[in-house]
Amino acid sequence: MITLAPRQGPVPGDWASPTHAETDVDRTDIEKLAELARIEITGATIDQVADSISDVLQLVEQLKSVDTEGVEPLAHPLDAVQRLRADSVTETDQREAFQALAPAAEAGLFLVPKVIE
Amino acid sequence: MHEQTIAELKRGLSSGAFSSEELTRHYLERIERLDDTYKSYITVTKEAALAQARAADAARAGGDAAPLCGIPIAHKDIFCTRGVRTSCGSKMLDNFVPPYSATAVEKLEQAGCVMLGKTNMDEFAMGSSNENSYYGEVKNPWHIDSVPGGSSGGSAACVAAQLAAAATGTDTGGSIRQPASHCGITGIKPTYGRVSRWGMVAFASSLDQGGVLARNAEDAALVLQQMAGFDNRDSTSIDRPVEDYCQNLHAGIEGTVVGVPGEYFGEGLDSAVGAAVEAAIEQFEALGARIKAIHLPHTRLAVPAYYIIAPAECSANLSRFDGVRYGYRCSDPQDLDDLYKRSRGEGFGEEVKRRILVGTYALSAGYYDAYYSQAQKVRRLIKQDFVDAFSDVDVIAGPVAPSPAFRFGAKSRDPVAMYLEDIYTVPVSLAGLPGLSLPCGLAAGKPVGLQLIGNYFDEARLLNMAHRFQQATDHHRQRAAGID
Repeated sequence: MITLAPRQGPVPGDWASPTHAETDVDRTDIEKLAELARIEITGATIDQVADSISDVLQLVEQLKSVDTEGVEPLAHPLDAVQRLRADSVTETDQREAFQALAPAAEAGLFLVPKVIE
Repeated sequence: MHEQTIAELKRGLSSGAFSSEELTRHYLERIERLDDTYKSYITVTKEAALAQARAADAARAGGDAAPLCGIPIAHKDIFCTRGVRTSCGSKMLDNFVPPYSATAVEKLEQAGCVMLGKTNMDEFAMGSSNENSYYGEVKNPWHIDSVPGGSSGGSAACVAAQLAAAATGTDTGGSIRQPASHCGITGIKPTYGRVSRWGMVAFASSLDQGGVLARNAEDAALVLQQMAGFDNRDSTSIDRPVEDYCQNLHAGIEGTVVGVPGEYFGEGLDSAVGAAVEAAIEQFEALGARIKAIHLPHTRLAVPAYYIIAPAECSANLSRFDGVRYGYRCSDPQDLDDLYKRSRGEGFGEEVKRRILVGTYALSAGYYDAYYSQAQKVRRLIKQDFVDAFSDVDVIAGPVAPSPAFRFGAKSRDPVAMYLEDIYTVPVSLAGLPGLSLPCGLAAGKPVGLQLIGNYFDEARLLNMAHRFQQATDHHRQRAAGID
């Protein structure tokens, strides 16, 4: 027979926070984020996106109340550091193969709409 | 033939009972006949598979059979495959045919595997139900109205429906373990850095890890053995020898200390799932393991920390999809900005856009410390919980998911409810530890998975424990009704 430690697991109700208003984002916030991320969010869906992102921000809000004084941020689970290698060419030239994937390419160049008038 | 495990297929192939070409044709015929129902494959590579199978047969005839010579498997459509469309479940990459293969794919090819095709998945591996695929949802072979789990849902369903001998998958927050659990098969996510990420489309680079979905632990060991290892091309790959996973599969587990975290048995856990998992833990006790109650006190912070770190990394990684060099481009762009915004707005699905926006928010000026930096500190607290626990125990056991597979649509309108599917898998991912899911019974007729969590690079122990469990029980031999 297993004796389990006292139950203190995550309970769905735990996530509810009384400070929902603080984490609410509105249409203007979404427009700004969409601009930063270069993603078009159509007008018809923008309120729905704002609501769902507010929900996600509410979920993560509880991180703010955790005491992390003196705790180092963890970027790599094994605290490994970037390996270095000799600065030598290891890849072969595959420009044509890669450019064949482009929506528009010509004479070795990727084509985009005119940028400079 | 499709009922046989890889270990059995290896014997059949080497004794000449059947050829790889016959075996491959048999699987292709099943896929053609059955996969209209499950939608587990995005692309089936029939001609290439038959060519590989014939080559495998020729190699075997020439006395040069690699360890998995002629075994038909499937790859999650997140692994780049030279000359074969690699969509990542997204409209963005619907037309992407990579000119190179991922290291994991290359290694399995060198081991003699035949690729049957590419499996369906949540777009860019973001999801826990496979409802986020551009190619339509995968059905759970056990219950056609329920999700297979995600994001490696196609890989899990194709193994459960016996449409491949095994499949590769990737796991960022639970994407191998949770679908394996929901589909009644065995899945392993190794230690972060054990399988090369090179050629695996990136979602959250500090979490993404490739692994295996298989019929049982022995098959998972056979495939992982060939997939794992150091790769110079992946800067986070760990340079450390790969253990022999098959050698110790049969070893006794007497005296192994199994930690059971109280936090994994809280109120959110479905009672039938909890009962199946507790019975499985008792089975380990019967096999000679010692059970010890432990605490992982920061467990409740794992999902919040994950939903900052993963979206932040995703927003950076997915900035490469700009409609310029490859992938989807909107029609008739007015200027460069319009090209970027509409290509991304039209090419990405709802969940992917949501995570990019959340990540953009968390990384933006003024919020970075409060969100991203704080989440990374909490990540260390979560890792430390496990480090402390492993000073007292050899392995940790608990549920994979709080409830069995849910019905389509049940959580798709509520992202936070969907995120809480991963409460027991996400902490393991944040800590970078290996995790294994194995079937341990049914709840309301649907499979339940037991999660075994190992210390760093302790994959061999997880596979050994799972194999011993499967020698003593037959949960892993149960099949969905209608799978003949």
